[in-house]
Amino acid sequence: MAAIRKVHRRGRFKCNQLRRIAELMDVRSIEPELRSLMVAGLEGDAAAHKMLLEKLSVQLRGYFKAQLGRYGRDPVEAEDLVQEVLIAVHTRRHTYDRSQLLTPWVYAIARYKFSDYLRRSKISRTDVPIEDAEALTAYNDSAQVESNLDLDKLLAGISPKTRQAIQYVKLEGLSVSEAAARSGMSESAVKVAVHRGLKALATMITKKEPR
Amino acid sequence: MRTDKLIDILSTNVEPVKPGLLEKTLAWAVVVGGTTAFCLMLATVGARREILNGSELGFFALKIGWTLSLILIGYLLLTKLIRPVQTGRKLVAVISFSFLAVAVAGAVALIGSADRRIIILGTQWVTCALCIPLFATVPFILLIWALRKGAPTNLKRTGAIAGLVAGALGAMTYAFHCPDDFLPFLAIWYGGLIALCAFIGAKFGPRLLRW
Repeated sequence: MAAIRKVHRRGRFKCNQLRRIAELMDVRSIEPELRSLMVAGLEGDAAAHKMLLEKLSVQLRGYFKAQLGRYGRDPVEAEDLVQEVLIAVHTRRHTYDRSQLLTPWVYAIARYKFSDYLRRSKISRTDVPIEDAEALTAYNDSAQVESNLDLDKLLAGISPKTRQAIQYVKLEGLSVSEAAARSGMSESAVKVAVHRGLKALATMITKKEPR
Repeated sequence: MRTDKLIDILSTNVEPVKPGLLEKTLAWAVVVGGTTAFCLMLATVGARREILNGSELGFFALKIGWTLSLILIGYLLLTKLIRPVQTGRKLVAVISFSFLAVAVAGAVALIGSADRRIIILGTQWVTCALCIPLFATVPFILLIWALRKGAPTNLKRTGAIAGLVAGALGAMTYAFHCPDDFLPFLAIWYGGLIALCAFIGAKFGPRLLRW
């Protein structure tokens, strides 16, 4: 019996090891691409930024579904977390150090947001287990569902100035100077309003009742 | 809202991001906080006149040197902690070691001395205990404000280091007034009060720095 268990354990070990190798290979293939997209996005390349967010959303969705399952939560909530992290990746992208790897940076944000989510939803777990950053890129899930965020409701809940800035710059795609000219705000005020609006978006996504 | 829609919003009009913004903000908080504390010191207790006399100069330089080194190491640590990927364990060890060194030096001086009361309490321990936390207040607020512009994920440690840097700024400022030139006094009051500020920072960090 003990011998069988031993063999079994060894078999599982080998299986884990193989999976880890596969994960590592996956990371190696995906990290340089994600990083170059991120760096291009930081220089103002919108198409690269969009592609980065799309690729990350697929990874994050799989990651959060697995995590939620592990904590016995409904995987439907994964979409909220995906969106919250995407907004954080966008609004906090100045905290990415270009000389470092990108995947651990995204993973740290995802892990932070997940433990914050657990705390908010009062789960009796104090901390999220630390895995390797590679864990993030091991997941793939492109099946989207709707998140709890209702954009119209959100826009109704923020200040008129912020709403106008988001409307012009983010929904209608006007440039910042065009939006500034049309709304009579200064360019820097438009930028600040957009930034603030996106952060408000992030806080409202995962909170069930909008304020 | 579907994640596609969110990604469209986020990647419309992507602004380029300049590197080095976080470091600048933190440095600004330290410099302005320190200057404010210095003015507060001049306005309340005032600077000691005989600082530049030969015999006092050495001990004054020791107080400034120690607190300044804490500020610099703490600043370096904060530039790491303000980003999601956590590092900086070595610097925490350096800080702990410097506290230990001062404590040991204080203890040795205490053993070798006959008149213990004066070298522990000095002449103005009450002023010292009130002034260091008071002078640390503005730097602490500015540091928290600066850190909130980033994305710290270890909030307790980040808060603690913010408290430490603020406490060290308060202590450095107080050193311009402090007439008590004894090693045990430095270890107990300066060391203890800076550690208290760090403790307060750790206590409130998770609440103040959440994002």
